Amino acid sequence: MTRRPGKGRRRIALKDRLAPVLVSLVSVVVVFGAVAYFVGSSPQWPRIQLQFFSLEAMLEAAPGVAKGFLVSLQIWLISLVCIGVWALVLAIFRAMGGPWFAPLRVFAIVYVDLFRGLPALLLVLLFGFGIPALNLPGLPKEGLFWGGIALVLSYSAYATEVYRSGIEAVHEGQSMAAKALGLTRWQTLRYAILPQALRNVVPAMLNLVVALQKDVALLSVLGVRDAVREAQIYTARTFNYSSLVVAAILFLLATIPLARLTDHLQRRDRQRRLQGAL
Amino acid sequence: MNRIEIDKLTKFYGERQVLDQIDLSVSAHEVVCLIGASGSGKSTLLRCINGLTEFDEGSVRIDGVDIYDPSFGRTGLYKKVGIVFQAYNLFPTMSVLQNITLAPIKVHGRPRAEAEAAAMKLLGLFGLEQYAKSYPEQLSGGQQQRVAIVRSLATEPEVVLLDEVTAALDPELIGEVLKIIRDLKATGMTMVIVTHEMAFARDVADRVCFLDNGRIIEQGEPRRLFSNPENPRTQKFLQRIIESGRLEAKV
Ligand SMILES: Nc1ncnc2c1ncn2[C@@H]1O[C@H](COP(=O)(O)OP(=O)(O)OP(=O)(O)O)[C@@H](O)[C@H]1O
Ligand SMILES: [Mg+2]
Repeated sequence: MTRRPGKGRRRIALKDRLAPVLVSLVSVVVVFGAVAYFVGSSPQWPRIQLQFFSLEAMLEAAPGVAKGFLVSLQIWLISLVCIGVWALVLAIFRAMGGPWFAPLRVFAIVYVDLFRGLPALLLVLLFGFGIPALNLPGLPKEGLFWGGIALVLSYSAYATEVYRSGIEAVHEGQSMAAKALGLTRWQTLRYAILPQALRNVVPAMLNLVVALQKDVALLSVLGVRDAVREAQIYTARTFNYSSLVVAAILFLLATIPLARLTDHLQRRDRQRRLQGAL
Repeated sequence: MNRIEIDKLTKFYGERQVLDQIDLSVSAHEVVCLIGASGSGKSTLLRCINGLTEFDEGSVRIDGVDIYDPSFGRTGLYKKVGIVFQAYNLFPTMSVLQNITLAPIKVHGRPRAEAEAAAMKLLGLFGLEQYAKSYPEQLSGGQQQRVAIVRSLATEPEVVLLDEVTAALDPELIGEVLKIIRDLKATGMTMVIVTHEMAFARDVADRVCFLDNGRIIEQGEPRRLFSNPENPRTQKFLQRIIESGRLEAKV
Protein backbone atom coordinates (compact mmCIF):
# COMPACT_ATOMS: atom_id res chain seq x y z
CA MET A 1 0.00 0.00 0.00
CA THR A 2 2.60 2.47 1.03
CA ARG A 3 4.83 1.71 -1.94
CA ARG A 4 2.40 2.60 -4.62
CA PRO A 5 2.24 6.36 -4.22
CA GLY A 6 6.04 6.42 -4.04
CA LYS A 7 6.32 4.55 -7.34
CA GLY A 8 3.72 6.75 -9.00
CA ARG A 9 5.45 9.88 -7.82
CA ARG A 10 8.75 8.73 -9.19
CA ARG A 11 7.24 8.02 -12.59
CA ILE A 12 5.69 11.49 -12.74
CA ALA A 13 8.93 13.09 -11.60
CA LEU A 14 10.84 11.32 -14.38
CA LYS A 15 8.32 12.42 -16.98
CA ASP A 16 8.38 15.96 -15.61
CA ARG A 17 12.12 16.01 -15.90
CA LEU A 18 12.26 14.47 -19.37
CA ALA A 19 9.72 16.74 -21.03
CA PRO A 20 11.72 19.97 -20.78
CA VAL A 21 14.89 18.17 -21.90
CA LEU A 22 13.09 16.88 -24.99
CA VAL A 23 11.61 20.28 -25.78
CA SER A 24 14.99 21.97 -25.55
CA LEU A 25 16.67 19.25 -27.58
CA VAL A 26 14.12 19.61 -30.35
CA SER A 27 14.37 23.39 -30.40
CA VAL A 28 18.16 23.29 -30.44
CA VAL A 29 18.15 20.81 -33.33
CA VAL A 30 15.64 22.91 -35.27
CA VAL A 31 17.51 26.20 -34.81
CA PHE A 32 20.96 24.83 -35.57
CA GLY A 33 19.58 22.67 -38.37
CA ALA A 34 18.11 25.75 -40.04
CA VAL A 35 21.40 27.62 -39.68
CA ALA A 36 23.32 24.64 -41.07
CA TYR A 37 20.92 24.39 -43.98
CA PHE A 38 21.36 28.05 -44.91
CA VAL A 39 25.11 27.93 -44.57
CA GLY A 40 25.30 24.64 -46.42
CA SER A 41 23.26 25.96 -49.32
CA SER A 42 25.66 28.86 -49.85
CA PRO A 43 27.65 28.47 -53.11
CA GLN A 44 30.87 29.16 -51.17
CA TRP A 45 30.26 26.37 -48.68
CA PRO A 46 32.36 23.57 -50.24
CA ARG A 47 35.42 25.85 -50.28
CA ILE A 48 34.81 27.02 -46.70
CA GLN A 49 34.30 23.46 -45.58
CA LEU A 50 37.62 22.43 -46.99
CA GLN A 51 39.45 25.36 -45.42
CA PHE A 52 37.82 25.33 -41.95
CA PHE A 53 36.33 21.91 -41.40
CA SER A 54 38.67 19.55 -43.18
CA LEU A 55 38.76 16.45 -40.99
CA GLU A 56 42.13 15.51 -42.34
CA ALA A 57 43.65 18.90 -41.50
CA MET A 58 42.01 18.84 -38.11
CA LEU A 59 43.56 15.49 -37.22
CA GLU A 60 46.91 16.67 -38.47
CA ALA A 61 46.77 19.89 -36.45
CA ALA A 62 45.30 18.34 -33.32
CA PRO A 63 48.49 17.19 -31.53
CA GLY A 64 50.16 20.61 -31.84
CA VAL A 65 47.05 22.52 -30.86
CA ALA A 66 46.42 20.16 -27.95
CA LYS A 67 49.97 20.70 -26.73
CA GLY A 68 49.35 24.44 -26.92
CA PHE A 69 46.07 23.99 -25.15
CA LEU A 70 47.86 22.35 -22.22
CA VAL A 71 50.06 25.44 -22.02
CA SER A 72 46.88 27.58 -22.04
CA LEU A 73 45.41 25.48 -19.26
CA GLN A 74 48.52 25.82 -17.14
CA ILE A 75 48.63 29.59 -17.54
CA TRP A 76 44.92 29.71 -16.81
CA LEU A 77 45.09 27.67 -13.60
CA ILE A 78 48.12 29.44 -12.18
CA SER A 79 46.62 32.86 -13.01
CA LEU A 80 43.34 31.83 -11.39
CA VAL A 81 44.99 31.03 -8.10
CA CYS A 82 46.96 34.30 -8.15
CA ILE A 83 43.87 36.33 -9.05
CA GLY A 84 41.72 34.65 -6.40
CA VAL A 85 44.22 35.43 -3.67
CA TRP A 86 45.36 38.88 -4.79
CA ALA A 87 41.81 40.13 -5.41
CA LEU A 88 40.71 38.84 -2.01
CA VAL A 89 43.54 40.76 -0.38
CA LEU A 90 42.48 43.92 -2.21
CA ALA A 91 38.82 43.40 -1.30
CA ILE A 92 39.81 42.98 2.36
CA PHE A 93 41.83 46.21 2.16
CA ARG A 94 38.67 47.95 1.02
CA ALA A 95 36.46 46.33 3.63
CA MET A 96 38.64 47.10 6.64
CA GLY A 97 37.56 50.25 8.44
CA GLY A 98 39.56 52.64 10.55
CA PRO A 99 42.33 55.15 9.88
CA TRP A 100 45.06 52.50 9.89
CA PHE A 101 43.72 50.98 6.74
CA ALA A 102 43.03 54.26 4.95
CA PRO A 103 46.19 54.10 2.77
CA LEU A 104 45.49 50.49 1.81
CA ARG A 105 41.89 51.34 1.03
CA VAL A 106 42.96 54.17 -1.25
CA PHE A 107 45.50 51.88 -2.87
CA ALA A 108 42.82 49.29 -3.60
CA ILE A 109 40.48 51.90 -5.08
CA VAL A 110 43.16 53.40 -7.33
CA TYR A 111 44.28 49.92 -8.34
CA VAL A 112 40.82 48.84 -9.43
CA ASP A 113 40.16 52.08 -11.31
CA LEU A 114 43.48 51.81 -13.11
CA PHE A 115 43.42 48.18 -14.15
CA ARG A 116 39.75 48.05 -14.96
CA GLY A 117 40.21 51.06 -17.19
CA LEU A 118 42.91 49.51 -19.38
CA PRO A 119 42.34 46.87 -22.06
CA ALA A 120 43.87 43.53 -21.10
CA LEU A 121 45.59 43.34 -24.49
CA LEU A 122 47.32 46.67 -23.88
CA LEU A 123 48.56 45.47 -20.50
CA VAL A 124 49.81 42.22 -21.99
CA LEU A 125 51.75 44.13 -24.66
CA LEU A 126 53.11 46.68 -22.18
CA PHE A 127 54.24 44.09 -19.66
CA GLY A 128 55.23 41.37 -22.11
CA PHE A 129 57.41 43.56 -24.33
CA GLY A 130 58.10 46.53 -22.07
CA ILE A 131 59.45 45.01 -18.88
CA PRO A 132 61.82 42.46 -20.47
CA ALA A 133 63.17 45.33 -22.62
CA LEU A 134 64.12 47.23 -19.46
CA ASN A 135 66.67 44.49 -18.74
CA LEU A 136 66.14 44.73 -15.01
CA PRO A 137 68.64 42.54 -13.18
CA GLY A 138 67.18 39.65 -11.20
CA LEU A 139 63.79 39.68 -12.91
CA PRO A 140 62.60 37.07 -15.39
CA LYS A 141 62.63 38.08 -19.04
CA GLU A 142 60.15 35.66 -20.57
CA GLY A 143 57.10 37.15 -22.22
CA LEU A 144 55.10 34.28 -20.76
CA PHE A 145 55.83 35.38 -17.20
CA TRP A 146 55.11 39.06 -17.73
CA GLY A 147 52.08 38.42 -19.89
CA GLY A 148 50.74 36.23 -17.10
CA ILE A 149 51.40 39.01 -14.60
CA ALA A 150 49.48 41.42 -16.84
CA LEU A 151 46.48 39.06 -16.94
CA VAL A 152 46.57 38.61 -13.16
CA LEU A 153 46.75 42.37 -12.55
CA SER A 154 43.93 43.07 -14.96
CA TYR A 155 41.56 40.32 -13.85
CA SER A 156 42.23 40.99 -10.17
CA ALA A 157 40.60 44.38 -10.62
CA TYR A 158 37.36 42.76 -11.77
CA ALA A 159 37.57 39.99 -9.20
CA THR A 160 38.07 42.56 -6.42
CA GLU A 161 34.82 44.20 -7.43
CA VAL A 162 33.06 40.84 -7.43
CA TYR A 163 34.34 40.08 -3.92
CA ARG A 164 33.36 43.58 -2.82
CA SER A 165 29.81 43.26 -4.08
CA GLY A 166 29.61 39.93 -2.26
CA ILE A 167 30.85 41.51 0.96
CA GLU A 168 28.46 44.43 0.69
CA ALA A 169 25.53 42.11 0.00
CA VAL A 170 25.92 40.57 3.46
CA HIS A 171 23.30 42.11 5.72
CA GLU A 172 24.65 44.77 8.07
CA GLY A 173 22.96 43.01 11.00
CA GLN A 174 25.74 40.43 10.70
CA SER A 175 28.44 43.02 11.36
CA MET A 176 26.42 44.45 14.21
CA ALA A 177 25.98 41.04 15.83
CA ALA A 178 29.68 40.33 15.42
CA LYS A 179 30.62 43.66 16.93
CA ALA A 180 28.26 43.11 19.85
CA LEU A 181 30.01 39.79 20.48
CA GLY A 182 33.31 41.65 20.70
CA LEU A 183 34.85 40.50 17.41
CA THR A 184 37.40 42.84 15.84
CA ARG A 185 36.73 44.14 12.33
CA TRP A 186 39.13 41.53 10.98
CA GLN A 187 37.50 38.70 12.94
CA THR A 188 34.10 39.92 11.76
CA LEU A 189 35.25 39.69 8.16
CA ARG A 190 37.05 36.42 8.63
CA TYR A 191 34.35 34.49 10.50
CA ALA A 192 31.04 36.20 9.70
CA ILE A 193 31.20 38.17 6.45
CA LEU A 194 33.67 36.46 4.11
CA PRO A 195 32.23 32.93 4.34
CA GLN A 196 28.85 34.27 3.24
CA ALA A 197 30.36 36.62 0.66
CA LEU A 198 32.41 33.82 -0.95
CA ARG A 199 29.36 31.62 -1.15
CA ASN A 200 27.42 34.44 -2.82
CA VAL A 201 30.01 35.33 -5.44
CA VAL A 202 30.55 31.86 -6.95
CA PRO A 203 28.38 32.48 -10.05
CA ALA A 204 29.86 35.92 -10.77
CA MET A 205 33.38 34.55 -10.26
CA LEU A 206 32.69 31.71 -12.65
CA ASN A 207 32.03 34.22 -15.40
CA LEU A 208 35.49 35.64 -14.82
CA VAL A 209 37.00 32.16 -14.75
CA VAL A 210 35.54 31.39 -18.18
CA ALA A 211 36.45 34.82 -19.56
CA LEU A 212 40.02 34.40 -18.35
CA GLN A 213 40.35 31.06 -20.04
CA LYS A 214 39.63 32.76 -23.32
CA ASP A 215 41.82 35.77 -22.63
CA VAL A 216 44.81 33.53 -22.02
CA ALA A 217 44.90 33.52 -25.83
CA LEU A 218 46.04 37.16 -25.63
CA LEU A 219 49.47 35.88 -24.61
CA SER A 220 49.86 34.47 -28.11
CA VAL A 221 50.78 37.99 -29.27
CA LEU A 222 53.92 37.63 -27.13
CA GLY A 223 54.84 34.45 -28.94
CA VAL A 224 53.69 32.17 -26.12
CA ARG A 225 52.87 28.87 -27.79
CA ASP A 226 49.36 28.38 -26.48
CA ALA A 227 46.48 26.74 -28.34
CA VAL A 228 45.74 29.78 -30.53
CA ARG A 229 49.40 30.31 -31.39
CA GLU A 230 49.88 26.67 -32.30
CA ALA A 231 46.76 26.83 -34.47
CA GLN A 232 48.08 29.93 -36.22
CA ILE A 233 51.41 28.26 -36.83
CA TYR A 234 49.63 25.39 -38.54
CA THR A 235 47.54 27.80 -40.60
CA ALA A 236 50.59 29.75 -41.70
CA ARG A 237 52.26 26.55 -42.84
CA THR A 238 49.33 24.94 -44.67
CA PHE A 239 46.96 27.82 -45.49
CA ASN A 240 44.21 25.75 -43.86
CA TYR A 241 42.16 27.17 -40.98
CA SER A 242 40.84 23.89 -39.56
CA SER A 243 43.39 24.13 -36.76
CA LEU A 244 41.50 27.17 -35.42
CA VAL A 245 38.32 25.09 -35.26
CA VAL A 246 40.24 22.47 -33.30
CA ALA A 247 41.28 25.16 -30.84
CA ALA A 248 37.69 26.40 -30.61
CA ILE A 249 36.43 22.89 -29.83
CA LEU A 250 39.05 22.48 -27.12
CA PHE A 251 38.03 25.76 -25.48
CA LEU A 252 34.38 24.75 -25.51
CA LEU A 253 35.21 21.31 -24.11
CA ALA A 254 36.86 23.02 -21.16
CA THR A 255 34.36 25.79 -20.42
CA ILE A 256 31.02 24.06 -20.80
CA PRO A 257 31.66 21.31 -18.23
CA LEU A 258 33.02 24.03 -15.95
CA ALA A 259 29.69 25.81 -15.95
CA ARG A 260 27.85 22.56 -15.25
CA LEU A 261 30.28 21.67 -12.47
CA THR A 262 29.71 24.97 -10.72
CA ASP A 263 25.94 24.57 -10.92
CA HIS A 264 26.34 21.17 -9.37
CA LEU A 265 28.63 22.39 -6.58
CA GLN A 266 26.23 25.15 -5.66
CA ARG A 267 23.30 22.78 -5.56
CA ARG A 268 25.19 20.29 -3.42
CA ASP A 269 26.29 23.02 -1.04
CA ARG A 270 22.73 24.20 -0.62
CA GLN A 271 21.50 20.67 0.02
CA ARG A 272 24.21 19.94 2.54
CA ARG A 273 23.20 22.98 4.52
CA LEU A 274 19.53 22.16 4.28
CA GLN A 275 19.91 18.57 5.45
CA GLY A 276 22.76 19.28 7.84
CA ALA A 277 22.98 16.98 10.82
CA LEU A 278 19.39 17.18 11.88
CA MET B 1 25.17 50.34 43.38
CA ASN B 2 23.14 50.17 40.20
CA ARG B 3 24.07 47.65 37.56
CA ILE B 4 23.29 50.13 34.76
CA GLU B 5 23.43 53.86 35.36
CA ILE B 6 22.47 56.11 32.45
CA ASP B 7 23.01 59.80 33.04
CA LYS B 8 21.74 62.63 30.81
CA LEU B 9 22.24 60.56 27.69
CA THR B 10 21.81 62.66 24.54
CA LYS B 11 22.15 61.51 20.97
CA PHE B 12 21.78 63.25 17.62
CA TYR B 13 21.56 61.75 14.16
CA GLY B 14 22.65 64.79 12.19
CA GLU B 15 20.27 67.56 13.15
CA ARG B 16 17.68 65.22 14.57
CA GLN B 17 17.76 64.68 18.33
CA VAL B 18 16.96 61.03 18.99
CA LEU B 19 17.71 60.82 22.72
CA ASP B 20 17.13 63.78 25.02
CA GLN B 21 18.78 63.75 28.44
CA ILE B 22 17.83 60.19 29.31
CA ASP B 23 18.29 59.22 32.95
CA LEU B 24 17.75 55.60 33.77
CA SER B 25 19.17 53.26 36.33
CA VAL B 26 18.66 49.55 36.50
CA SER B 27 19.61 47.63 39.60
CA ALA B 28 20.97 44.10 39.62
CA HIS B 29 18.38 41.42 38.79
CA GLU B 30 15.90 44.05 37.66
CA VAL B 31 13.95 43.69 34.42
CA VAL B 32 13.09 46.96 32.73
CA CYS B 33 10.86 47.13 29.68
CA LEU B 34 11.06 50.04 27.26
CA ILE B 35 7.88 50.81 25.39
CA GLY B 36 7.03 53.60 23.00
CA ALA B 37 6.00 54.44 19.49
CA SER B 38 8.15 53.57 16.49
CA GLY B 39 10.99 56.05 16.17
CA SER B 40 10.89 57.12 19.80
CA GLY B 41 14.49 56.01 20.27
CA LYS B 42 14.17 52.67 22.06
CA SER B 43 16.68 50.79 19.91
CA THR B 44 19.09 53.69 19.96
CA LEU B 45 18.98 53.82 23.76
CA LEU B 46 19.59 50.08 23.97
CA ARG B 47 22.57 50.25 21.62
CA CYS B 48 24.11 53.10 23.57
CA ILE B 49 24.20 50.87 26.65
CA ASN B 50 26.67 48.41 25.11
CA GLY B 51 28.57 50.92 22.99
CA LEU B 52 27.20 49.77 19.62
CA THR B 53 26.04 53.34 19.00
CA GLU B 54 28.06 56.35 20.07
CA PHE B 55 26.27 59.13 21.89
CA ASP B 56 26.92 62.86 22.06
CA GLU B 57 26.47 63.74 25.71
CA GLY B 58 25.98 62.08 29.06
CA SER B 59 27.35 58.81 30.30
CA VAL B 60 26.57 55.14 30.72
CA ARG B 61 28.07 53.17 33.57
CA ILE B 62 27.98 49.46 34.17
CA ASP B 63 28.56 48.48 37.80
CA GLY B 64 29.81 51.99 38.40
CA VAL B 65 32.39 51.95 35.58
CA ASP B 66 31.96 54.21 32.55
CA ILE B 67 31.59 52.08 29.41
CA TYR B 68 34.45 53.99 27.78
CA ASP B 69 36.74 53.44 30.75
CA PRO B 70 40.01 51.85 29.62
CA SER B 71 39.64 49.20 32.31
CA PHE B 72 37.07 47.49 30.09
CA GLY B 73 39.75 46.88 27.49
CA ARG B 74 38.56 46.24 23.96
CA THR B 75 36.18 43.42 24.78
CA GLY B 76 35.27 43.71 28.46
CA LEU B 77 32.05 45.59 27.84
CA TYR B 78 30.83 43.04 25.28
CA LYS B 79 31.48 40.26 27.77
CA LYS B 80 29.44 41.99 30.47
CA VAL B 81 26.54 43.08 28.28
CA GLY B 82 24.91 40.78 25.74
CA ILE B 83 22.40 41.92 23.12
CA VAL B 84 19.80 40.15 20.99
CA PHE B 85 18.22 41.68 17.89
CA GLN B 86 14.88 41.46 16.19
CA ALA B 87 16.34 39.68 13.14
CA TYR B 88 18.33 37.11 15.23
CA ASN B 89 21.47 37.81 13.15
CA LEU B 90 22.90 34.34 13.57
CA PHE B 91 25.82 33.56 11.27
CA PRO B 92 24.33 31.35 8.52
CA THR B 93 27.58 29.61 7.57
CA MET B 94 28.12 28.33 11.11
CA SER B 95 26.30 25.63 13.03
CA VAL B 96 24.39 26.55 16.16
CA LEU B 97 27.27 25.34 18.30
CA GLN B 98 29.80 27.36 16.29
CA ASN B 99 27.62 30.45 16.55
CA ILE B 100 27.54 30.12 20.31
CA THR B 101 31.19 29.31 20.87
CA LEU B 102 32.62 31.89 18.44
CA ALA B 103 32.92 34.74 20.93
CA PRO B 104 34.05 32.64 23.92
CA ILE B 105 36.82 31.06 21.82
CA LYS B 106 37.94 33.84 19.48
CA VAL B 107 37.28 36.89 21.64
CA HIS B 108 37.73 35.64 25.18
CA GLY B 109 40.29 32.92 24.50
CA ARG B 110 38.52 30.02 26.17
CA PRO B 111 39.70 26.54 25.12
CA ARG B 112 37.42 25.03 22.52
CA ALA B 113 36.46 21.94 24.53
CA GLU B 114 35.54 24.05 27.52
CA ALA B 115 33.53 26.53 25.43
CA GLU B 116 31.66 23.72 23.69
CA ALA B 117 30.84 22.00 26.95
CA ALA B 118 29.52 25.27 28.34
CA ALA B 119 27.51 25.90 25.17
CA MET B 120 25.96 22.42 25.30
CA LYS B 121 25.03 23.01 28.91
CA LEU B 122 23.34 26.30 28.02
CA LEU B 123 21.52 24.72 25.07
CA GLY B 124 20.34 21.93 27.36
CA LEU B 125 19.10 24.44 29.89
CA PHE B 126 16.75 25.87 27.27
CA GLY B 127 15.82 22.57 25.63
CA LEU B 128 17.79 23.25 22.44
CA GLU B 129 20.57 20.65 22.64
CA GLN B 130 19.26 18.66 19.66
CA TYR B 131 19.94 21.66 17.39
CA ALA B 132 23.65 22.01 18.25
CA LYS B 133 24.82 20.72 14.87
CA SER B 134 22.04 22.34 12.82
CA TYR B 135 22.51 25.41 10.70
CA PRO B 136 20.36 28.48 11.37
CA GLU B 137 18.37 28.17 8.15
CA GLN B 138 17.22 24.71 9.20
CA LEU B 139 15.50 26.16 12.27
CA SER B 140 12.22 27.97 12.69
CA GLY B 141 12.27 31.66 13.54
CA GLY B 142 11.43 30.90 17.16
CA GLN B 143 14.25 28.36 17.40
CA GLN B 144 16.69 30.76 15.77
CA GLN B 145 15.77 33.51 18.18
CA ARG B 146 16.17 31.18 21.15
CA VAL B 147 19.61 30.21 19.83
CA ALA B 148 20.45 33.91 19.44
CA ILE B 149 19.53 34.44 23.08
CA VAL B 150 21.71 31.51 24.11
CA ARG B 151 24.55 32.97 22.02
CA SER B 152 24.28 36.25 23.92
CA LEU B 153 24.54 34.28 27.17
CA ALA B 154 27.65 32.34 26.16
CA THR B 155 30.03 34.98 27.49
CA GLU B 156 28.27 34.91 30.86
CA PRO B 157 27.06 38.50 30.69
CA GLU B 158 25.65 40.31 33.69
CA VAL B 159 23.18 42.28 31.60
CA VAL B 160 21.19 41.19 28.54
CA LEU B 161 19.58 43.71 26.18
CA LEU B 162 16.68 42.49 24.05
CA ASP B 163 15.47 44.55 21.11
CA GLU B 164 12.00 43.49 19.95
CA VAL B 165 13.10 39.88 19.85
CA THR B 166 9.62 38.62 18.98
CA ALA B 167 8.71 41.25 16.40
CA ALA B 168 9.81 39.15 13.40
CA LEU B 169 8.09 35.96 14.58
CA ASP B 170 4.82 34.32 13.62
CA PRO B 171 2.35 34.58 16.49
CA GLU B 172 2.53 30.88 17.32
CA LEU B 173 6.31 31.09 17.80
CA ILE B 174 6.33 34.10 20.10
CA GLY B 175 5.43 32.08 23.18
CA GLU B 176 8.55 29.89 23.16
CA VAL B 177 10.80 32.95 22.97
CA LEU B 178 8.94 34.78 25.72
CA LYS B 179 9.26 31.66 27.86
CA ILE B 180 13.04 31.64 27.55
CA ILE B 181 13.06 35.27 28.68
CA ARG B 182 10.94 34.39 31.70
CA ASP B 183 13.36 31.55 32.49
CA LEU B 184 16.17 34.05 32.22
CA LYS B 185 14.45 36.37 34.65
CA ALA B 186 14.11 33.46 37.05
CA THR B 187 17.89 33.05 37.02
CA GLY B 188 18.19 36.64 38.20
CA MET B 189 19.47 38.11 34.95
CA THR B 190 19.40 41.88 34.67
CA MET B 191 17.57 42.78 31.47
CA VAL B 192 16.49 45.78 29.46
CA ILE B 193 13.78 44.73 27.03
CA VAL B 194 12.34 46.71 24.15
CA THR B 195 8.99 45.18 23.31
CA HIS B 196 5.62 45.73 21.71
CA GLU B 197 4.16 42.78 23.62
CA MET B 198 2.40 44.76 26.31
CA ALA B 199 0.88 41.76 28.05
CA PHE B 200 4.37 40.27 28.28
CA ALA B 201 5.82 43.54 29.55
CA ARG B 202 3.16 43.76 32.22
CA ASP B 203 3.93 40.21 33.21
CA VAL B 204 7.71 40.12 33.25
CA ALA B 205 8.84 43.68 33.94
CA ASP B 206 9.72 45.06 37.32
CA ARG B 207 9.46 48.47 35.79
CA VAL B 208 8.17 49.86 32.51
CA CYS B 209 9.52 53.03 30.91
CA PHE B 210 7.54 54.86 28.27
CA LEU B 211 9.69 56.63 25.68
CA ASP B 212 8.34 59.46 23.65
CA ASN B 213 10.48 61.52 21.28
CA GLY B 214 13.72 60.50 22.93
CA ARG B 215 12.57 61.08 26.50
CA ILE B 216 11.35 58.80 29.23
CA ILE B 217 8.15 60.66 30.06
CA GLU B 218 6.70 58.10 32.39
CA GLN B 219 7.91 55.06 34.26
CA GLY B 220 6.70 52.83 36.99
CA GLU B 221 5.56 49.46 38.20
CA PRO B 222 3.81 47.77 35.22
CA ARG B 223 0.39 47.23 36.73
CA ARG B 224 0.21 50.82 37.81
CA LEU B 225 1.49 52.20 34.52
CA PHE B 226 -0.76 50.10 32.34
CA SER B 227 -3.92 50.60 34.40
CA ASN B 228 -3.35 54.17 35.52
CA PRO B 229 -1.06 56.05 33.17
CA GLU B 230 -0.55 59.60 34.40
CA ASN B 231 0.90 61.30 31.36
CA PRO B 232 -1.64 62.09 28.62
CA ARG B 233 0.79 60.83 25.97
CA THR B 234 1.16 57.52 27.75
CA GLN B 235 -2.61 57.32 27.96
CA LYS B 236 -2.91 57.96 24.24
CA PHE B 237 -0.25 55.41 23.37
CA LEU B 238 -1.81 52.71 25.55
CA GLN B 239 -5.26 53.55 24.21
CA ARG B 240 -4.01 52.86 20.69
CA ILE B 241 -2.43 49.61 21.84
CA ILE B 242 -5.66 48.48 23.49
CA GLU B 243 -7.61 49.34 20.36
CA SER B 244 -5.25 47.25 18.25
CA GLY B 245 -5.93 44.38 20.63
CA ARG B 246 -2.38 43.90 21.88
CA LEU B 247 -3.24 44.43 25.54
CA GLU B 248 -6.29 43.01 27.21
CA ALA B 249 -8.51 45.71 28.65
CA LYS B 250 -7.45 47.20 31.95
CA VAL B 251 -7.03 44.75 34.79
N1 LIG C 1 21.64 55.03 11.65
C1 LIG C 1 20.72 56.04 11.70
N2 LIG C 1 20.90 57.17 11.00
C2 LIG C 1 20.00 58.17 11.06
N3 LIG C 1 18.90 58.14 11.80
C3 LIG C 1 18.66 57.05 12.52
C4 LIG C 1 19.55 55.94 12.52
N4 LIG C 1 19.06 55.00 13.34
C5 LIG C 1 17.91 55.49 13.83
N5 LIG C 1 17.67 56.72 13.35
C6 LIG C 1 16.52 57.57 13.69
O1 LIG C 1 16.47 57.72 15.10
C7 LIG C 1 15.15 57.65 15.55
C8 LIG C 1 15.01 56.61 16.63
O2 LIG C 1 15.26 55.35 16.05
P1 LIG C 1 15.17 54.01 16.87
O3 LIG C 1 15.54 52.92 15.96
O4 LIG C 1 15.96 54.14 18.12
O5 LIG C 1 13.61 53.97 17.20
P2 LIG C 1 12.78 52.81 17.86
O6 LIG C 1 12.07 53.42 19.02
O7 LIG C 1 13.64 51.64 18.12
O8 LIG C 1 11.73 52.48 16.73
P3 LIG C 1 11.12 51.07 16.28
O9 LIG C 1 10.05 50.75 17.27
O10 LIG C 1 10.57 51.34 14.92
O11 LIG C 1 12.23 50.08 16.28
C9 LIG C 1 14.27 57.40 14.34
O12 LIG C 1 13.70 58.61 13.94
C10 LIG C 1 15.23 56.91 13.31
O13 LIG C 1 14.80 57.35 12.04
MG1 LIG D 1 13.79 49.66 17.27
